[in-house]
Amino acid sequence: MTAAAIALNRFGLGARPDQAALDRPQAWLLAQLDRYEPRPAAIAALPPTSTIAGNLSDYLEMQRQNRCQKRDENPGTMADRPQTPQRRRAAGYAPPPMSGEPMAGEAGLQDKGGIGAMAERGTAAPRDPVAQARRFARDQARSYYMGAVAARAQTALTSPSPFAERLVHFWANHFAVSVDKLVVIGLAGQLEFEAIRPHVMGKFGDMLQAVERHPAMLLYLDQAASIGPNSTGGQIAARRQNAGLNENLAREILELHTLGVRTGYGQGDVTELARALTGWTVAGLGRGAGARFVGIDGEPGSFVFAARLHEPGSRTVLGRPFAQAGEDQAAAVLDFLGTHPATARHITTKLARHFAGDDPPVALVARLETAFLKTGGDLPSLYRVLVDAPECWIAPPVKFKNPWEWSIGAMRALGLREVQPQAVTGLLTQLGQPVWRPGSPAGWDDVAASWAGPDAVMRRVEAAERMAGRISDTLDARARASQLFPAALSDTTAQAIARAESPSQGLALLLVAPESMRR
Amino acid sequence: MLNRRSFVTALGSTAILLPGLGGSMVFAKAATDRRFVFVIQRGAADGLATLAPVGDPAFASQRGVLAEDFAQATKLDSMFALHPALSNISALYASNEALFAHAVASPYRDRSHFDGQNVLETGGSAAYSVKNGWLNRMLALLPRDEAKGIAIAATVPMALRGPVEVASYAPSTLPDASDDLLTRVALLYANDPQLHAVWEQATATRMLTSDMAGGAGRNAAATGALAARLLSAPGGARIAMIESGGWDTHAQQRGRLAAQLRGLDGMVAALKQGLGPLWGNTAVLVATEFGRTVKINGTQGTDHGTGSMAMLLGGAVQGGRVVADWPGLSDAALYEGRDLRPTLELNALIGSAVAGHFGIEGPRAMAALFPESSRARVIDGLVRA
Repeated sequence: MTAAAIALNRFGLGARPDQAALDRPQAWLLAQLDRYEPRPAAIAALPPTSTIAGNLSDYLEMQRQNRCQKRDENPGTMADRPQTPQRRRAAGYAPPPMSGEPMAGEAGLQDKGGIGAMAERGTAAPRDPVAQARRFARDQARSYYMGAVAARAQTALTSPSPFAERLVHFWANHFAVSVDKLVVIGLAGQLEFEAIRPHVMGKFGDMLQAVERHPAMLLYLDQAASIGPNSTGGQIAARRQNAGLNENLAREILELHTLGVRTGYGQGDVTELARALTGWTVAGLGRGAGARFVGIDGEPGSFVFAARLHEPGSRTVLGRPFAQAGEDQAAAVLDFLGTHPATARHITTKLARHFAGDDPPVALVARLETAFLKTGGDLPSLYRVLVDAPECWIAPPVKFKNPWEWSIGAMRALGLREVQPQAVTGLLTQLGQPVWRPGSPAGWDDVAASWAGPDAVMRRVEAAERMAGRISDTLDARARASQLFPAALSDTTAQAIARAESPSQGLALLLVAPESMRR
Repeated sequence: MLNRRSFVTALGSTAILLPGLGGSMVFAKAATDRRFVFVIQRGAADGLATLAPVGDPAFASQRGVLAEDFAQATKLDSMFALHPALSNISALYASNEALFAHAVASPYRDRSHFDGQNVLETGGSAAYSVKNGWLNRMLALLPRDEAKGIAIAATVPMALRGPVEVASYAPSTLPDASDDLLTRVALLYANDPQLHAVWEQATATRMLTSDMAGGAGRNAAATGALAARLLSAPGGARIAMIESGGWDTHAQQRGRLAAQLRGLDGMVAALKQGLGPLWGNTAVLVATEFGRTVKINGTQGTDHGTGSMAMLLGGAVQGGRVVADWPGLSDAALYEGRDLRPTLELNALIGSAVAGHFGIEGPRAMAALFPESSRARVIDGLVRA
């Protein structure tokens, strides 16, 4: 690959036909660090988190009413229920919906806030109102999800700073949530737009704080349901129901978000961080006296610190004491973790892997690590090291594109500027990388072995044929190929395109050529 | 995965017209009325998970979680139990219309699918040493009017290729451009080692046609029904070959294999039903290129092995028994410390079955079908005379 091709493809998201020639590829990349738009138009036009969470809140309220009504009509079923609404209200808190079962968000959210409001909406829809409401909520969340995916794709297609957009995608995958839970479906994009994007050109620690406070993460990793056993709420809960500390977010912060797996922390550190995090929760997903008592009734979807759920006392993480009170305690632990040497190693290894190859060069990682520690995790300083690193500019391709990179690259190559939401979500699902649905908080793998499989490549070929088939026959694949890969097109690819039996077949071959599969 | 060749989904309710096999053609009445079907299991089907040696003292410990499928399975005898997904085939066994041979293998001893399938289909002793297929050479042994074979596939598979002309049938809804694109992609990747290897596998898999689990087994059942129609049409084929893929269960084997076996079971049932009284004159051979490792691997599956099992099904089969010289599953008994040790030549089973089925002398059939291992012993009595 030429330096220009590397800048466009390895660092960027693929060439566009309207891309001017890059005389100074490194300068082009560095300029993007300043030009980056945290809130581009397509994303700014989306509904805000408060609207999405407000709908979710309405839905949960409706389900509560539906279920109450069902019980009234059919009191015999009450005995089957493990927890009555009265109990929940007495406990002051009902855990939000985090059963961990795919799309099973409703399970834990029923009956929130007691029975006080049940008369407000007396008329339920015919047949099974619970199922109807669930379907409605899922459809609604799904439409938010589709809109967010389309906005992400459109930004990636049109942005004047594709290198910065790639970094957004990188960080969103580092702090992955997965839309396997109903409550996360509508909010996953918001995590990227509200917690990742504003901090991509800032400090790692600030991004960390923003992500761990975001409702999508708090709900996805069950933090919103975690209760300090010795807190006011916990004391009541302990007598009534099975509620208490949830370690999920704490563990993933240490293992995935900061230090990295097997870096010396132990179960004790996980538990201590989990205790420090108690009280970090989401407002507005519960109503009524219980929510007010606990202190979680605010604007739906906003972060709240519920002091009544916070475990009192000082905490010790990695041998260091954290005596802060309340919300500041976990924030202080995150500050500590966000600049820890193990975090520096973990983060910079992943960055190096993304730009210099599946086996990241040790020397490059060392330089990135030094920059991370010297600057306290200043991310643009790391990006400058990458742009300056000879390891990132070696001529042979170093990465096999994942389906997202390939799809965006193909659409950019075709000159598309707008996309249908269904087309993007459908394509990425077909290619094996549904957006914001990696299935685990570890995110998607960033190595070729995960993507360069026979079935995966066959699907790309099928997708390329369909995409090319929709493009007008006036687009000349031969001209487009030399435009996209100036001085970097292999003879084999040029020949295959030239010998294609139709313009659209030529485009399909261009989209699946080795030059388009790797970066 | 999507399957370019899953022709069965294209089958409508309309009658099928076969080029060259139309009703207007007249054939001499055959001396016999035998039908033979070869179902090839491409991808190395796990014989130990199909017909499990539950009476082997090492079975449970060696197979681990794979043994659990047989907790409630009905035992055929003191040693073997059939996978519970094979309910129709189990009924055939009960009515003496199913014979299983275990610890069988072709002469091939390495673990490449494509080489292994070549040996299985050509009847040679090594990959590519024989240039045409044993099923085609078998046609040459039949009276001329009976020598009609058909492949239920888009192209004629190796086993049916050779001097005797055969048909293939697979309604295709594919635009030619797609196949053309696939060919061009192969050229595009020719000089790229990684993509070349990936593409070879991708297209090879695609060539394997419909896997048995596809369409929740409906594809397989439709294939069985189609084969029955082709075999019972007046003047129709006497010999059919059915492709099946999807047996390469390296990961999450239990669920996948159960779905595959259900598909196979449904296909056999549809074949039997479609053939009607002809089923009494039919022998169906089900065989795979090699077996799978005895032990489970790290992804809840099994890897390429050696010995496997084969089936002879049909009203013409002297069934209700398992033919096996059981080698044992203890570590010491395994072939190369990992695979089921073969103790019966698959060629002997096939050659003997064909000879008995079509009334050909055993040694003559063996020499024609398996010229490089023609001294394999003939097993008498596999099919009814």
